[in-house]
Amino acid sequence: MSQVFLGMPAPGAGNLFAEEQFPAAAHRELGNTQLRANLRHATHTIRDKRIRVVGELPDWEALRDAGSAIKDASMANLDQRLEEFEKNFTARGGIIHWARDADEANQIVTRLVRDTGSDEVVKVKSMATQEIGLNEHLEAQGIAAFETDLAELIVQLDHDKPSHILVPAIHKNRTEVRDIFLREMPQVDPALTNEPAKLAEAARLHLRKKFLSAKVAISGANFALADTGTLGVVESEGNGRMCLTLPETLITVMGIEKVLPNWQDIEVFMQLLPRSSTGERMNPYTSLWTGVTENDGPQNVHLVLLDNGRTRALSDKFGRTALNCIRCSACMNVCPVYERTGGHAYGSTYPGPIGAILSPLLTGIEAEENNSLPYASSLCGACYDACPVKINIPEILVHLRGEDVDSKRGKKLLPTQMDLLMKGGSWALSSGNHLGLLEKALPLGKLVAGKDKKIKKLPGIAAGWTSSRDLPAPPSKSFRDWWKSEKEGK
Amino acid sequence: MSAKDEILGRIRTALADAPRVEEVPRSYRTTSSLSEEELIELLVDRLVDYKAGVDVIDAADIPTFVASKLDAAHSVVYPHGLDTGWLQAVPESVQRHMDAPGSMLTIPELDATSAVVTSSAISVAESGTIILDGEPDQGRRAISLVPDHHVCIVPVSTIVQLLPEAMPRLEVTRPQTWISGPSATSDIELERVEGVHGPRTLDVLIVRGL
Ligand code: SF4
Repeated sequence: MSQVFLGMPAPGAGNLFAEEQFPAAAHRELGNTQLRANLRHATHTIRDKRIRVVGELPDWEALRDAGSAIKDASMANLDQRLEEFEKNFTARGGIIHWARDADEANQIVTRLVRDTGSDEVVKVKSMATQEIGLNEHLEAQGIAAFETDLAELIVQLDHDKPSHILVPAIHKNRTEVRDIFLREMPQVDPALTNEPAKLAEAARLHLRKKFLSAKVAISGANFALADTGTLGVVESEGNGRMCLTLPETLITVMGIEKVLPNWQDIEVFMQLLPRSSTGERMNPYTSLWTGVTENDGPQNVHLVLLDNGRTRALSDKFGRTALNCIRCSACMNVCPVYERTGGHAYGSTYPGPIGAILSPLLTGIEAEENNSLPYASSLCGACYDACPVKINIPEILVHLRGEDVDSKRGKKLLPTQMDLLMKGGSWALSSGNHLGLLEKALPLGKLVAGKDKKIKKLPGIAAGWTSSRDLPAPPSKSFRDWWKSEKEGK
Repeated sequence: MSAKDEILGRIRTALADAPRVEEVPRSYRTTSSLSEEELIELLVDRLVDYKAGVDVIDAADIPTFVASKLDAAHSVVYPHGLDTGWLQAVPESVQRHMDAPGSMLTIPELDATSAVVTSSAISVAESGTIILDGEPDQGRRAISLVPDHHVCIVPVSTIVQLLPEAMPRLEVTRPQTWISGPSATSDIELERVEGVHGPRTLDVLIVRGL
């Protein structure tokens, strides 16, 4: 346990840690060809859809600029925004609870559920409750939590873990889903086929009674609007509406970073989010509620505001923009590493490029389980281009690699070749002169290459790369040298 | 120290470098120049894409169209503020239930009701989004959720092209539901399938002269 000072940003706990280092987990997952085929199919489907609907908007870049600036502004005054939100939400009959970490949040929710006398809850998909391990905690306390989002239901029935933040069962194909339903749903039609429409109908029948009789629902929130005290949930299936409307008690768990300054700001995010996540012009359902409304929806409305490492991330001035994330999942859908390893390899609730920066920012890079995550990237930059709020993920990855090297040095661990390479990488990329100097070493690479201009075996750590593939030898001149001589020649 | 004070204290410590706040650039589109006909065309296109049923009709034809949409229904619920003239052509065989603050249908009663008819507050053509805000002609959220068939009236005067144009016309603190097509999921192989927990059939009547 790290020491915690009062008022000092503290690391998060819960499902934020990899169970093993990324390289080992990735290696295992890479051997799963079914997983890779499923992921490839799904991520390519969604990429094409996203590009089509994003291309429709002539002002897409202007929306991204606005989204990014709104988030920055919100984060810069987060304490005031939260107090303003609390005031407005409370004035409308909502009750706010603050939770320093996963444990405290779990205890608050358990107590709130107990107070209702109910021993079961229905749940709307929520990253925050996944992060704190709420379902497991409730179960240990004798409270059954039923996931109602189709993908979450699939994962829960299969006793599996989510592998994607938007479509947690993305690693399963339709036939695998059918098999899980046949095995785990008590009243399912044994003739169930693998048609997605039939599978969706089976889920409807399975959950209908639960929705109509539930007394308590637990949700996350996509945003909180400070100036009105409004919460919002964006969803597709109507399971969200069921949970947010029918039960008597609604408990929402939300990270403190989700607050937006002005309610009009949703005009930006509700254009950015659906197009980036499911590749739709708009998601089927969005619900907004402000505290309690007489005769409409739950009459006991709670919100648990969760820190769990967010203030730690906020204190990293090069990394804090990771908190701007609106969890659209576009970055993982375009990531070549994610497409091959899948979400489980990242260990934490947050997989893919955003997970590779967010998990170590929340837990601290010193957490050894997560210190290999910033290396789970080729720095190709596809995530940055896709991100609707323009989080510069590659830049933060490089920053965290530097932090990792520094933290190991602090612990008097000798830097590995990888550390030196990565430190070198951030040095090289930090200035054109540095890069130029390094490129002078290029002709050396020519020497290692054989006559066929392929490098077959690299020394040291890079041997792992060349053990399964040849590397083309670098050109005799770097592009920068060539450009210079071309220009001077003219 | 309370959890609240501690978290706020942590935030202040984390922000000790006092990050600069830039003015938010808002150069995205906030006004449109589409004609009424173009707006209708755009909204219809989007709703059809979502697999909603759509008809563009005149105000005088509302009763006929509502009745024909309820052809297969055995019962219908409507909010107390709905113009009951809209239901006048619905056959006697279809049971009618008015839902009002003093006499609300129970959840099992709503579940046993085949359809709901509501009006709507505002619609955004570009994204095919119909916004309900709980006004008396739309009713509380449960009535447009539990019955499996939603017939929704969209007056042409409430259609805008862009989401930012809808914002000044919304009262955000009312409970809102933004509806873009019938319930759907993309959870299996990221392919969209219509019809999960929300109403599986959405029929939209876009009404001229309203
Ligand atoms: S980092 Fe950006 S692209 Fe990735 S999930 Fe968050 S908002 Fe979406």
